[in-house]
Amino acid sequence: MQMKFMVKKACCSGGRAGALELGNCPKPIETPALLLSTRKGLPHFIAPDLLPSLPFPDSHLLQISPLHFLEGLASTTISKIGGLHQMLSLHQYGIAAVARDSIQCLPESKGATKLGPSFETPCGRLSVKPKDYVEMISCMRPNIWATLADEVPAWVSEKRNKTSVDRTVRWLDDCLALNPAAGSVFGAIVGGPNLDERKRCAVEVAKRNVSGYWIGGFGLGERIEERPALLSAIIDVLPDEKPRMISGLGLPEEILEGIDAGIDLFDSTYIYSLTLGGFALTFSLDKGGNQYDFQRCQVERDLTKINLRAKVYRKDMSPILGNCTCYTCQNHTKAYINHLFNVHEMLAQTLLEMEAIKDGRFKKFRMTFIESRRVHQETEAVCV
Amino acid sequence: TNAMALVFEVLGRFNRARAARLTLPHHVCQTPLFMPVGTQGTIKGLTNSQLEDIGCQIILGNTYHLALRPTSELLDEVGGLHNFMNWQRGLLTDSGGFQMVSLLHLADITEKGVTFQSPVDGKPMLLTPEESIQIQNRIGADIIMALDDVVKTTITGPRVEEAMYRTLRWIDRCIAAHKRPHDQNLFGIVQGGLDPILRDICAKGLVDRNLPGYAIGGLSGGEDKNSFWRVVAQCTAALPEDKPRYVMGVGYPLDIVVCSALGADMYDCVYPTRTARFGTALIPEGVLKLKHKAMAEDTRPIDPTCPCMVCKNYTRAYIHCLVTKDAMGSQLLSYHNLYYMLQLSRNLHSSIVEGRFPEFVCDFLHKMVCSRKSPGP
Ligand SMILES: [Zn+2]
Ligand SMILES: [Zn+2]
Repeated sequence: MQMKFMVKKACCSGGRAGALELGNCPKPIETPALLLSTRKGLPHFIAPDLLPSLPFPDSHLLQISPLHFLEGLASTTISKIGGLHQMLSLHQYGIAAVARDSIQCLPESKGATKLGPSFETPCGRLSVKPKDYVEMISCMRPNIWATLADEVPAWVSEKRNKTSVDRTVRWLDDCLALNPAAGSVFGAIVGGPNLDERKRCAVEVAKRNVSGYWIGGFGLGERIEERPALLSAIIDVLPDEKPRMISGLGLPEEILEGIDAGIDLFDSTYIYSLTLGGFALTFSLDKGGNQYDFQRCQVERDLTKINLRAKVYRKDMSPILGNCTCYTCQNHTKAYINHLFNVHEMLAQTLLEMEAIKDGRFKKFRMTFIESRRVHQETEAVCV
Repeated sequence: TNAMALVFEVLGRFNRARAARLTLPHHVCQTPLFMPVGTQGTIKGLTNSQLEDIGCQIILGNTYHLALRPTSELLDEVGGLHNFMNWQRGLLTDSGGFQMVSLLHLADITEKGVTFQSPVDGKPMLLTPEESIQIQNRIGADIIMALDDVVKTTITGPRVEEAMYRTLRWIDRCIAAHKRPHDQNLFGIVQGGLDPILRDICAKGLVDRNLPGYAIGGLSGGEDKNSFWRVVAQCTAALPEDKPRYVMGVGYPLDIVVCSALGADMYDCVYPTRTARFGTALIPEGVLKLKHKAMAEDTRPIDPTCPCMVCKNYTRAYIHCLVTKDAMGSQLLSYHNLYYMLQLSRNLHSSIVEGRFPEFVCDFLHKMVCSRKSPGP
């Protein structure tokens, strides 16, 4: 199950389109791509028999936190079952393991020691050593896994931030030394809001024998304005031919920024938080594929999503998006979903999560990226 | 004669047990059948396509809840509950009376109807037989239920008799109020507690009204199994051969098998989904408690003989790690449990049609009884 990655098209800005091949996935996954966030391996509200009704490829890459399984399931049992793909019955899906999940498993920098990072999870604070982690990974056998990182918030001291880079690189070496047989290793890159540390970490990780890179330490209090510089400091020193994954970017505009910088894989916690809040994404392309309402500089949150809990949808017998082909839009109205939220029925979230992952939603990012690059080159300064 | 919006054709019999085709305005059903309860217009996180996949034929909606939210007026405006939830198959609504009596402390029954305190503003409200039918006419289910006067089977004395006669008086008010007899089937409910004489009077009275179908009510309220089965046997014998018979609030797999042997056709119960929420799976041997520690290392499916999506794909160990903590755990268990109940209905139907009902029942009982002796989770 070796991973293969190919950059198919790159732009001067650093943004790129590519394809990720995983041995068990029937088709290559086009990048930039979104990873479905999961709880214990399954999407939060979508039952596994409904997954095939989701479109390829954005729904074919799942992000999993190995730490979720510490709540009641031994790694050895997962191994006995035959690994994550077998246990979750997701044989044709790509699985990427990252310790942090951005929703319930957050890095707790105060609890980290030189021995390993610490996480705040629903079953308490967990410390994880490289040896334990690699053991879990070997039992779970994901396609891709990120090494452990000492992620710190933006406000820690220079010294603490420096330590986090040292530890993260050392834990990478520890993980590699344990030589796990399973999956492609993505080396973790941290460095907080400090350009030099970000660069130092990326340079060190780029020297190691890894299949790709996982960029952490974002979404932890850094200022949005400093992000582009931080991202390019990292990307500049990474080899072009290997994929780059990031955690902690959420909003569509943040993801567009990441795409511009040359990130290939993103987590989808935004979809989860939208779903919980009762929001549905509603931006759409016209039939000719023109993203008239979606130039990067024009992203207005009010136009891209609606809150289905709102009273105005009580009798609205139209689908969320008229021309949408997802299960939810094909079968249900805003009025019904509004009712499900009102009576606290779980199906509301199921339908909304399916709607949010629907095809095109993320493809639009991709197309917008390619399109806006072209526009960008032609007119120089449309989106500044 | 009264208008009917259903056709009931018996396809096979074994003694009193029967297998039939029940043609409703929205769906052609096979009986015996189990109806999952979708209180608020949905069944615990399952989509309509999943419910169709597992063979759900009729969903039961609770009038009391639907009348509160989204309200029957709204449902009427958008073309009924079928349209609202985009469910193409059968729907049945209860009268709302039982839910009020069981959910609200201050419910009181008089000749006018059920008086209760509004959960919205605390004001006293009245649900009359006429109003129950009007609400159900607006919701638009294939089968609607008459408002009855329910008393617990553990209650004895004159109250039981009063409730039975009132149920009979109310059925005439329900029939008179029913505005859509060509689209919706009004079922009458046999009451009378555990008293065979009262049950007999009630059943005869309802049969005289020539309704599209009949329910046996007031059971599953704590009475012993012998009394329960005796009442069902008595009522099914008194009800016409060419009309469906619905035992309300039943239930457990064993009860469904016994009631079917006694000639009943339809059942509803929240048990399969409720028990799923507590981590319990229905299996041929009885129940399997997925929360039990031993499940953490059990790499077998919930039921190795079950062909459902959950059993085909997941181990007990994985479900153990999901149950009660994650929504997905109860969703997967509900899926399996409903599959089990619907499969049981299908097996009852086909074994009767194919003339092997006794073998099926023996086999069913054998598995369930033998496992009771064996220890374990
Ligand atoms: Zn849609
Ligand atoms: Zn099953």
